Amino acid sequence: MNLLKIAFRNIFSKPLNTILSLVLLGFGVGIISLMLNVEQNLQEQFDRDIKDIDMVLGAKGSPLQLILANVYHVDAPTGNISRKEAERIAKHPYIEEGIPLAYGDNYRSYRIVGTTPQLHEHYGVAIAEGELFSATYSATIGSAVAEATGLKIGDNFFSAHGLTDETDVHTNHAFTVVGIFEPSGSVIDKLLLTPMESIWGVHEYVEEETGEKPDEEITAMLLKKKNPMAIMALPRMLEDTNMQIALPSIEINRLQTNFGIGMGTIQAIAYVVIFLSILSIFISLFNSLRERKYELALMRTMGASQGKLFSLIILEGLSLTFMGMVFGLLLSRVGLWILASVLKSSFQYDFGNLWLVPSEWLLVVMTIFVGIVASLLPAFTAVKIDISKTLADG
Amino acid sequence: MLKSTNIEFQYPNGPSFQFPDVNCEAQEHLLLLGESGKGKTTLLHLLAGMLRPTRGSISIAGKDTSGLTNAQMDAFRGEHVGIIFQTAHFVESLSVEDNLVLPHFLNNKKVNKQKAASILDRLNLKHKLKQFPKNLSIGEQQRVAIARALMNDPSVVLADEPTSALDDKNANEVIDLLEEQARLSGASLIIVTHDQRLKDRFQKRVTL
Repeated sequence: MNLLKIAFRNIFSKPLNTILSLVLLGFGVGIISLMLNVEQNLQEQFDRDIKDIDMVLGAKGSPLQLILANVYHVDAPTGNISRKEAERIAKHPYIEEGIPLAYGDNYRSYRIVGTTPQLHEHYGVAIAEGELFSATYSATIGSAVAEATGLKIGDNFFSAHGLTDETDVHTNHAFTVVGIFEPSGSVIDKLLLTPMESIWGVHEYVEEETGEKPDEEITAMLLKKKNPMAIMALPRMLEDTNMQIALPSIEINRLQTNFGIGMGTIQAIAYVVIFLSILSIFISLFNSLRERKYELALMRTMGASQGKLFSLIILEGLSLTFMGMVFGLLLSRVGLWILASVLKSSFQYDFGNLWLVPSEWLLVVMTIFVGIVASLLPAFTAVKIDISKTLADG
Repeated sequence: MLKSTNIEFQYPNGPSFQFPDVNCEAQEHLLLLGESGKGKTTLLHLLAGMLRPTRGSISIAGKDTSGLTNAQMDAFRGEHVGIIFQTAHFVESLSVEDNLVLPHFLNNKKVNKQKAASILDRLNLKHKLKQFPKNLSIGEQQRVAIARALMNDPSVVLADEPTSALDDKNANEVIDLLEEQARLSGASLIIVTHDQRLKDRFQKRVTL
């Protein structure tokens, strides 16, 4: 026999009240925890993919689109730019490195990106099997691509025009898989990398039709700055060209601020749910106290100190809060698991780690604190019970 | 074992009472008789330390209780006084067994489930040990309440109108039981009642 046992017996002697409190608190905590996790994961993913890319050079259009297309590979590119022009910018003394990207084709909706070894080296992704692409039409593929498509080293495949569907397949040149990257959690996981010559080669026939030379064009160039002045100086060089420079940190920040309004609303609703659930814990404690007044007076006549009754009521409130919170955290994990399995195909966001993220600890501490506060008034009421009067009236 | 001297009690903004002295030796049985409104329950609560007298003193097991703080009084009562109320009440969420060991736990003593079983056995209720109080008949509940009052081997057992709701047969049985169990536990027994049927059963009587 101990206080916790009595507390639990009391809690579960009113199962409906208890379930209501637990469900309310569980959902409140669950929604907030889910959002904190998604936010944290997205943030990590954003940061991992931005990784020291200070600027992106590409065709004029929406700067956000430029970033989404070329850093995260989730949006369509803004257009092509001249390779020569881009290289001129990349050679600017303020720029440390420029990584060219040329793409426009997909294999089963995974992008085939023509680039140089700079790209995977920039993300620090090693090769798990096979070797790095070198010859034209050789490809080293990301781990998620390999997993989803079943492509193995030595396999051949054709690219399809565009970034999503396979209606227009380029059958003039077959690609060969020569290597597979290790999983890194970065954008490399979902790309097929090949030399830029492959992309140009596949599109040679376009040249005949339009008279443009594809080998003079790339999609974008990722820039790392040497000197912070680059951010000021470079845009001036782009006047009278079809090019623009976008800063990933600024664009993503803007995106998150806009997202943030939606997130903030859901979060506010979740906090209201938490408040309601704590209120319901408070009310059910208070109600049960009225019914149990005689019991509590009885316990006093059997020698229970006021402190013991105080602890008992606090313990009941705290146990309810704790159980509701654990229930909520479990709920959010189930939600995360569902999200992860749904998003895996399109975004590859990895929700591997299910332990508490740092911001959740604040949620835990806050919830427990509010739970204790809600138990305080009932606990003081329990202590103040006039045993003689209660028993005489009983 | 229990001795009260010149006690008076004044309810805040309410009636005041003057009580005759009560003196109950160890293992003695005493009847406190009084009509309604004479302050029977008030006296019982005073003797149990749930109310503190405005004047006069009460000593239990040789200890003057007027000097005790409320917290000390709670602990002292738990240790030395067993109380049986007019209607039996329990912690509803706990089994009969847990209700019986509650006085041990609440007094920070080692919980002795064997004792609960043996006292219940004396009252022919051992088979109800794992049941919940609300599933017991009123008579069974009253017997469990008697068992609970004896769990801490009290010096004094106080019973408040234990027979008022019972017919002659049951009233006699409960009193037999109370007397027998108090004797077996070596406790003094004080019964507060207005029930005139009990008058002739006790040699020692105090009338309010």
